[in-house]
Amino acid sequence: MKFERYGIGIAKGMAITFKHLFRPPITVQYPEEKLVVSRRIRGNELVWFPDRCTGCATCAKSCPQGNIEIATHVGSENNYVVDKFELDAGRCMFCGLCVESCPYEALAMGVSYEQAQYRRGDLVWSKEELQPLNKRPSGYARPEIEAALPKQSLLIYGDKERDEGGQKLRLIPLSKKRGRGV
Amino acid sequence: MAIRTEPFILNVGPQHPSTHGVFRLRVTLDGEVVVDVEPVVGYLHRGIEKLAEGRTYTQNIPFTDRLDYLASMTNNFAYVLAVEKLAQIEVPERAEYLRIIMAEMMRIASHLMAIGFFLNDLGAMMTPVLYMWREREKLLDLFEMVCGQRLTYNYMRIGGVSQDIPEEFLPALKKFVAEMPTFIDEYEWLLSQNEILLARTKGVGILPRDVAINIAASGPVLRASGVKWDIRKADPYSIYDRFDFEVPVGNVGDCYDRYWVRMQEMRQSVRILEQALEQLPGGEVYAKVPQLLRPPAGEVYGHIEAPKGELGFYLVSDNSIAPYRFHIRPPTLINLTALKDMVIGWKVADLIVTFGSMDVCLGEIDR
Repeated sequence: MKFERYGIGIAKGMAITFKHLFRPPITVQYPEEKLVVSRRIRGNELVWFPDRCTGCATCAKSCPQGNIEIATHVGSENNYVVDKFELDAGRCMFCGLCVESCPYEALAMGVSYEQAQYRRGDLVWSKEELQPLNKRPSGYARPEIEAALPKQSLLIYGDKERDEGGQKLRLIPLSKKRGRGV
Repeated sequence: MAIRTEPFILNVGPQHPSTHGVFRLRVTLDGEVVVDVEPVVGYLHRGIEKLAEGRTYTQNIPFTDRLDYLASMTNNFAYVLAVEKLAQIEVPERAEYLRIIMAEMMRIASHLMAIGFFLNDLGAMMTPVLYMWREREKLLDLFEMVCGQRLTYNYMRIGGVSQDIPEEFLPALKKFVAEMPTFIDEYEWLLSQNEILLARTKGVGILPRDVAINIAASGPVLRASGVKWDIRKADPYSIYDRFDFEVPVGNVGDCYDRYWVRMQEMRQSVRILEQALEQLPGGEVYAKVPQLLRPPAGEVYGHIEAPKGELGFYLVSDNSIAPYRFHIRPPTLINLTALKDMVIGWKVADLIVTFGSMDVCLGEIDR
């Protein structure tokens, strides 16, 4: 092993390091500050609109994992009444095929991505937990929802332009994020 | 009394930072010199080929994301091309261009990852990786904008792509295409003349041209050995025949050439992106394909030039909604068979470098 041009590499490396001293940081201090996610984000959440759902089970048929469980009975107006709509987030891979296949737009992906639970049982979402009460549906395969969501903050525009384009980092106070523990 | 030495068996992996996943190398050493290498694979086996036989053609697309998870878009691409060839589906023009744009963005992202971790294996701990991840992150942002996720895209569909690009995608990609060459210049300025990189990689782990052809290597590993074989040129799929680009070729086949070929391929990918952005037509992005596609009985082999080499899907249809046989030809598993020829006689440190320069992805090897 012989070294040629010894020293050039170190000088160049130091020059690049020096250049980076003057660049704005591109990292985000994650739990305290967050970037605005894509408007089409397939977050770890599904939103189910019970008033639009007809119980046709197209979503259940399109699921690669066979993860969506639907039980219905025939109601008074000769329609299907959904008794059970359940899915296990532990088995779901959030591919979005169910959302794409739904003919009545009764299903949407959610924006949220912090869905960790302490127990496996808590990952099974029942009919009530899937309803859009405190959830923000995402614009994946739903153009009308997509238009209403805020713009994604893109790293390519850097910090400066990110602030100008109304794509500010959303800062949340630290104390709010401290959970209860187990 | 004569001093006698015995060969020594060392396990590199399955949990080792330089194995890029769960991969085990059973190395027989004489002192520090490698005498024999036996790769042990299968730690990440999920049986995707068998799982695919029980699912419809569309339902298999998310599974292909899990093969080479650093280049999911090209896996989608190879699979849908194979199914379209089987069912003879015409894809709209705009969808073809979007696929090419995604595939070339994916190639840049995958090569950035490959070069970064190759340098990490050389001992340039995390600094070049983080410079390269900075650019990769910009691409992941764009992927997230288009299809909603950053790793498992599930973007391509049989007959097109799942959704059209949002309006803010093209300006962002144009900015990326404009500034990417300066970043590649920066990497090359930092790395290509670095004496440590040269000393560690020049002449190390040589894969001769004839061996590379004999083991059916593909991708940058084959091209570094001096074989000008790129499926985008040799068997143009999709609309690659409309673009003007070159195939960079190494001449020695050592670790440095593999690094160099990847660096040059990123430049060519930027060139393809520029041309695709200029030519991008309007129109539909999804041909009407029945939800439960039943391709005619028969078999098909569709292959593309993935970032790591030739990725092929062999599908057999029996005119039902699910493939009868679903076989994947992963590039890195076949490239890996050359490892033994490349490292015997070298030291352990060179083994790590050679293995790093092959850019393996265990999701694809074990599938």
